[in-house]
Amino acid sequence: MSIECKGIRKTFGDFVAVNDVSLQVGNGELVALLGPSGSGKTTLLRIIAGLDSADQGQVLFDGEDAAARDLGARGVGFVFQHYALFRHMSVFENIAFGMRVRPRSIRPSERQIRDRVSSLLSLVHLSPLADRLPSELSGGQRQRVALARALAVEPKVLLLDEPFGALDANVRQELRRWLRDLHDQLNVTSVLVTHDQQEALEVADRVVVMNRGKVEQVGTPDQVCDNPATPFVMSFIGSVNVFRGRVERGRAHLGPLTVPYPEHPGAQPEPAAGYVRPHELDVERHGSNDGIWATVKRIKRMGAVVRLELVHGGDVLEVETTRERYDALRPAPGDQLYVRLRTLRVFVGAS
Amino acid sequence: MASNALSPIGERAPTADEAYRIVRDKGTIRLSGDLRMHDASAIWREVRKETERAEGSVVFDLSGVHASDGGVMALLIELRAELGARGVKAELVGAGQRVEAIVKLYSGHDGVTKRNKRRPEGAVAQIGRSAFEVKEEAKAIFDFLGSMVLAAITLVRHPRAGHWKEVAPLCEKAGANAVPIVLLINFLVGFVMAFQSARQLKMFGANIYVADLVGISLTRELAPLMTAIIVCGRSGAGFAAELGSMKVNEEIDALRTLGLTPFGWLVVPRVLALVVVVPLLTLIADFIGIGGGVLVGVLDLGLTPRGYYIETLTAVHGWDVLTGLLKSVVFAFAIALIACQQGFSASGGAEGVGKRTTSTVVTSLFAIVIIDALSTVLFRAFNL
Repeated sequence: MSIECKGIRKTFGDFVAVNDVSLQVGNGELVALLGPSGSGKTTLLRIIAGLDSADQGQVLFDGEDAAARDLGARGVGFVFQHYALFRHMSVFENIAFGMRVRPRSIRPSERQIRDRVSSLLSLVHLSPLADRLPSELSGGQRQRVALARALAVEPKVLLLDEPFGALDANVRQELRRWLRDLHDQLNVTSVLVTHDQQEALEVADRVVVMNRGKVEQVGTPDQVCDNPATPFVMSFIGSVNVFRGRVERGRAHLGPLTVPYPEHPGAQPEPAAGYVRPHELDVERHGSNDGIWATVKRIKRMGAVVRLELVHGGDVLEVETTRERYDALRPAPGDQLYVRLRTLRVFVGAS
Repeated sequence: MASNALSPIGERAPTADEAYRIVRDKGTIRLSGDLRMHDASAIWREVRKETERAEGSVVFDLSGVHASDGGVMALLIELRAELGARGVKAELVGAGQRVEAIVKLYSGHDGVTKRNKRRPEGAVAQIGRSAFEVKEEAKAIFDFLGSMVLAAITLVRHPRAGHWKEVAPLCEKAGANAVPIVLLINFLVGFVMAFQSARQLKMFGANIYVADLVGISLTRELAPLMTAIIVCGRSGAGFAAELGSMKVNEEIDALRTLGLTPFGWLVVPRVLALVVVVPLLTLIADFIGIGGGVLVGVLDLGLTPRGYYIETLTAVHGWDVLTGLLKSVVFAFAIALIACQQGFSASGGAEGVGKRTTSTVVTSLFAIVIIDALSTVLFRAFNL
């Protein structure tokens, strides 16, 4: 089922949680809503689910206004951040619950329920734990039960609200991969809310970056990474070095750097900022004329990559380099290194 | 140093070895030239000296400034805040476009917000605020009542949406399990009432009227009231805690996504259970309370159990018992309603649940007393 949001707006008192957001999710697609806390992503998800209602705008399921259907008829499976399992029911009963409470006319028989629950249990790799209570499971297991419960009602749309937010890093990594496999297997239209860029980029077909209730950019993980539309997206997706300054007369003067900027030929200066990712910087021992000198402050070795913290005139520059390059240079804190930029993205306007 | 066009006549432009210049003219401090970082400490010293004895307001005139480093601007803003704290209003004016950008960068135009010390609220303000809160709370409860009535109507039409299986276990928890404490408390209430009144009645030789006093006050007033208080503390608080933790755990949202309505699934069974169980508990309370009275009558007043029994029958009419039961139904409804409403409005984790549980008990007791007073007046007005 495809989902379309048209001009959704939601306010809580004076606070605008979602501000005129329009969005399309194609059939069978996995879309991630990515943003910092307070960006309105969870509110938007709850509106899609029908748990909250929008002040303005429409949610369309397959082109049909979803407001006309009540919650049960929307065919939505929802996975909550804190699992929201029914505490007094076993794992089996939790998964079966959604089927058992259906009106008698569309309720599957006891046998069908049993079969479906056991197939779901094996899908989430929890078959041996069917009789446990939720309190006897680990966080990762609970979240898989929650997912099985959401899938039990054969949803046409699966909505996940920071599903791995409360889990530790290793489990998160594993569940992420598993979720992607599951999605490829089932092909249910899914919307995932997360504040973890890594998670969004790794799992989703498309990423919707949100900030302060607005959509900043919609695109594939590659597009969002390589062609960020706004400074916000640039700095939210991964770490970044910023050079602030101005553009005028076809040039950008950004801190120690001056680069051509033909898009702004006028004499009127405009504030601007240049952004460059740590891995887009090269360090060398010898200077030329297209970079800057900086002093090594700190060195962080993280497996195959090495992060150097350099200081240039009070500003900190982060550089990410390979282990090989690091071994060839062997810099020590206090050394002067020459930093060259491979690319620089300039955004005009006060940020 | 291109132009100092805006500087007043007589003021010289900064010389080559002096990138900046600071001149004071009454309440105005004119800065001109380039405010560079390596001059920052000198600028800071000079400007501070100039503003040391400033009173009322100070204006920093930046119209002659060609360029400013961020650090110097930050110092100026800091100085402005310092002055503000002393009660001197300072302003940065006349900055050219480039300098203005730096002023803005350091949010120099944001007013200096002197943080007021938090003063404890005055008595009048406190009374006003709590009165307002009571009003809000009452409104929330009546809103909830409205939603519940609507849900009940839907349930009558589609009985399958209700969680009827839940009613019997709830009755057991709220009713059967409460019997011991209801017995104990109401027995003691009857006993104490009889004991206290015995002495007065003895003086007039009216020993036998203890039966009338205990019987009527218990059935009409005390048994329903005491039972409601017990139920409020046991089940009301229990419901609020249960629903509250479901709420903060997002379980209620989970029910909704599975197509169930929380009212039909959670609230209506609870209201129903209490409305069934509380009058029964009240009836038990009537009997055991009178039992307490009998004990005092026999041991202390020299009455025979049979005499006490006959006197009670003549004094207490069916209607007395019935008004008590009627009241208890209303109490039960109010307790369940308030408990569910409070539970549903819990937020913010375990602490929120605790708060709601406490306020359930307080609000319910308040409601019980109000309902009791109203119904007493009402029954009296209609001579019932």
